Formats: sequence, C-alpha cells, structure tokens
Amino acid sequence: MRLLTKISVFTVAALAAAPAWAQNGVEAAEEVAAAVPNPGNNAWMMTATILVLLMILPGLALFYGGLTRTKNMLSTMTQIGAVSALAMIIWVVYGYSTAFGPEGNAFFSWGNLFLAQTTTDSTAATFSDEVISEYVFISFQMTFAAITAALVLGALVERVKFAAVMLFTAIWLTIVYFPIAHMVWAGGGYLFEMGALDFAGGTVVHINAGVSALVAAMIFGKRTGYPKEPMPPHSLTMTMIGTGLLWVGWFGFNAGSELEADGTAGLAMINTFVATASAGLFWMLTEAVNGKKASALGLCSGIIAGLVAVTPAAGNSGPFGAICLGAVASIVCYYAVAFLKPKLGYDDSLDAFGIHGIGGMIGAIGTGIVYQPMFGGPGDGSVAMGAQVWIQIVAVVVAIVWAAVGTAIAATIAKLVTGGRVSEDAEREGLDLAEHGERAYNY
Amino acid sequence: MKLIIAIIKPFKLDEVREALSEAGVQGMTAIEVKGFGRQKGQTEVYRGAEYATNMVPKIRIETVVSDDLAPRVVETIAAAANTDSIGDGKIFTLDVGAALRIRTGETDDTAL
Repeated sequence: MRLLTKISVFTVAALAAAPAWAQNGVEAAEEVAAAVPNPGNNAWMMTATILVLLMILPGLALFYGGLTRTKNMLSTMTQIGAVSALAMIIWVVYGYSTAFGPEGNAFFSWGNLFLAQTTTDSTAATFSDEVISEYVFISFQMTFAAITAALVLGALVERVKFAAVMLFTAIWLTIVYFPIAHMVWAGGGYLFEMGALDFAGGTVVHINAGVSALVAAMIFGKRTGYPKEPMPPHSLTMTMIGTGLLWVGWFGFNAGSELEADGTAGLAMINTFVATASAGLFWMLTEAVNGKKASALGLCSGIIAGLVAVTPAAGNSGPFGAICLGAVASIVCYYAVAFLKPKLGYDDSLDAFGIHGIGGMIGAIGTGIVYQPMFGGPGDGSVAMGAQVWIQIVAVVVAIVWAAVGTAIAATIAKLVTGGRVSEDAEREGLDLAEHGERAYNY
Repeated sequence: MKLIIAIIKPFKLDEVREALSEAGVQGMTAIEVKGFGRQKGQTEVYRGAEYATNMVPKIRIETVVSDDLAPRVVETIAAAANTDSIGDGKIFTLDVGAALRIRTGETDDTAL
C-alpha cells in the first residue's frame, strides 16, 4: 500500500460496451483488457489475506494468552477473536467506505456504505498498471483493521469488561483507525500526499495500536495488585507458538502489502526474515549485557519488535538496512519495557506500547534512513535523507496525537457506558469465569 | 505401622521408587508439592520484571510400612535421594493407628 492510487471501479456497463469498441480496432479492446486482474496477483493477495487472519487467530491469541495468568487465558483469546469479528462486520458496513471510499477529503472518505458500489468486476489499483479484484483488496484491508483493534487489547487484558472492550473497539475503529488508514494509504490522504513512507502499516497499525494501548491502559487503570503482586506469564510455550504463527503470517502482512507477486514483494519477504532474525538475537544479547540470561520470552519479544520495525520498511529497505533496523528496534524496545515502563508506572500489561508503539516509531523514522540508495535501499535519492526523515517524523507525530486523542474519547465513552472494569472480586477470581463462565484448563 | 513422609528432589523420584521396591515396600503415593527450607527459591525474569520465587518444586512421597521395615525404608530413601547438596529434602516418620484394604477388608499389617 506504499503509494496507493485511486481505486478504479469498472462497472458492468463499461465492460458491456467493450464489444462495440473492439469493432473499431484492436487497441481499444486491449485498453479494456488491461483492467482485468492478473490471476497470479489475485491468488497471492487471497493467500496473503488469509495469512494475516492466521496472525490474529490463533497467532496473536496464543501470543497474548500465554503471557496472561491461567485464570485469564480464555478471556484474552475470546476478546481477540470477538474484537476481530466485530471489526470485520464494521469494515464492510462503513469502515472500507470511511477509509477507501470513492469520495473524500484528506482525513476520511465516504460513498460506498455496505460495499454497495463494489461488484465482482470492480478493481483496485496496485502500484504498477496492474489491478487486483476489489473484493480481494477489501478483504486484505479488513484483516488489517481487525488485527490493529486486537493488538490494542494487549494493554487492557485481565481487568476490562468484555462489553467495554467491544464498545471501545467499535468507537475506536470509527474515530481512530479508519481516518488514520485513510490519511496514510488512500490517494488524497493527508500523510500520503506528504510523501510519508509506510510500506505495510508501521504508522497505521503499530504506532496507532501502541499509542492507543498506552492511553487506554491509563484510562482503564492498573490491574489489581500491579506491580506488587507477581504476574508471570502462565505459558511461554503458547507464547512461543503464537510468535511463530505471527512471524509466518507477517509475510502476508508485509509482502502482501505490495499488492502484487513481484520483486518488491520478494524484497519485503527477505526483509521480514532478516530484520526479525536480527531483532530476536539482539534482544537476547541486550539481556546478556544487562546481566540477565538470554530468555525464551526475550527471543519472542525481539522477534515481534523486529517484525514491527520492518513493517514500514519491508519494501523500502535493502536487506542489510533491515538487519540494522531490527537490531536498533530490539535494543530500544528492551529498555522501554524493562526500564521505562516500571519507572513511569503505567500497566501496559503485555507491552503493546513498549513493543508495537516504540518499535513502530523506530521503524517509521528509520525507514527514512534505510530507504536511501547509499544504504542499499530502493529509493532513487530524489528526496534527501534529512527531508525524508522529517516527513516520517511528522507522520509519526500526527499518528500519535490522533491516536491518543481518539482513544481518550473512545475509552472514556466505553468506561461511562459499561462501567469499564470488572469488580475486584471478579478480577481476583479471573475473567474466564467471571466474564465467560468457563475455565481454560480443567485438569 | 509407620507413615513415612519424604520430601525429595523431583528428579530423584524414579530412583527412590526402585530402591523402595527392592526393599520390599508394596506401595506409595507421590504428590507434586512446593515449599522452602534452607534452599531459598530462584529468581525468574520476564521482560525485565524480576520475580523471586521462594517456593521450590519438590515431590512428597508417602508410604505406610510395618514397624520392622520402617528403619530400612528410611535408610533406603535417604541413600537413594542423596545428592550431597542443599535442597535434598527431609524424611519424617509418624505412628499410624489403623489400616484397612477396602476390597478385602484386611486390616493393619496384612492390609499394607
């Protein structure tokens, strides 16, 4: 989605006219034929879409679930599943229209409620003169909305009512996610027109989710007993499985964001390997430098930090730039979660801000550097590094401010309407029983 | 009859079980437990958050044997569970008032 141009909709009427043109000459017929999606690209984008779904369920559900306590395992996974499902419904009702509608301004769009304007012949432009089927593009983008909403939950687990989570998500998608997606990815969007580089959603997904998570965590408050009582992860085995599924699914997320199965998608793929590998190792090295053991959770955390950081850079960096970016993001994120968080005292339970927010910022700003040809990036050097980095910083700041203000509104409304948190007794007993009437494990 | 309770290191369970079988013990119960003595727990670190776990995982074995056999059982467990290091555990011997095998109704020593 790095330079998405206007969605072109070819109606049935236009295609019906084709035979008449064909009589006038072969060239006219070829013009119409050019709008037909390449089945190879369509097939890859359908695959990429399903890979992003794999990131959510079961990837993120297991990753987050393993990090919570036994009594909140089902609550964590159920919230992720339900929030994603809600995001999908909202996406087709008005979300896609608000982010990628046919008419719009710099901040949001409109004109395609219930996908009324979309048919099986509709196409969405890629970055070359190719197109893909619009239904595939809508589905691909739908999974992005769903995972971003689910990521925010990492800061809210183990204490917020299920109803509050659902209401918060509905409002948050509407006033935060759709406008930011429009600003960054849609033709005419504020940050898009400014020239901000965001290959697969470092700003829209990760900075947005991370900052929103932090603000929501502050509004809903700390878990009872935090930070005095120990709250260790109940199953790092599941977290490790979730990490693996997230990494696999991330190839759909990053390489799919090229919208075609071409060389740039290949670049995004190799970067998604090497930045992640580098970040996983560097997190453990940073632990060792700080006198700790190289840990399993450290490997997993580094992997996620690397994936987050390489998201905006996936097709905008050479492989070595990606390795450096992964390393820097991993080191900075380590200090953010191990030192900054305890010092500031907020309860970002699963480090959605510390890893997605901070890692996203490193990635977004770093993309302005690794994009340059002198570092092996694919840029042509037409925009000076300083200027590009400045545009990246502006985009990051806009995303932070928009996400923070929008989340404050959404979380406050959700808290007022539903009461926000479960009772202290329910929190002690665990949200699995209190909110869902089930236990994750019956031995 | 004596009830012998032994707290041992978990990885020593199989060795102790085999040694007890050879010594003529007919049955035992093993339970996973947590506790602490002179061996304090260890530190766990999750993303920089340190938790001192002052409970160490152990296995608690219980077996009821005849008075004659009891001293030998204690020796056998002590020999099998020993690693010469802190945290090897302890053995307690208690008197037992009565025993009954549910299926046959046999009592006391014949029920063991």
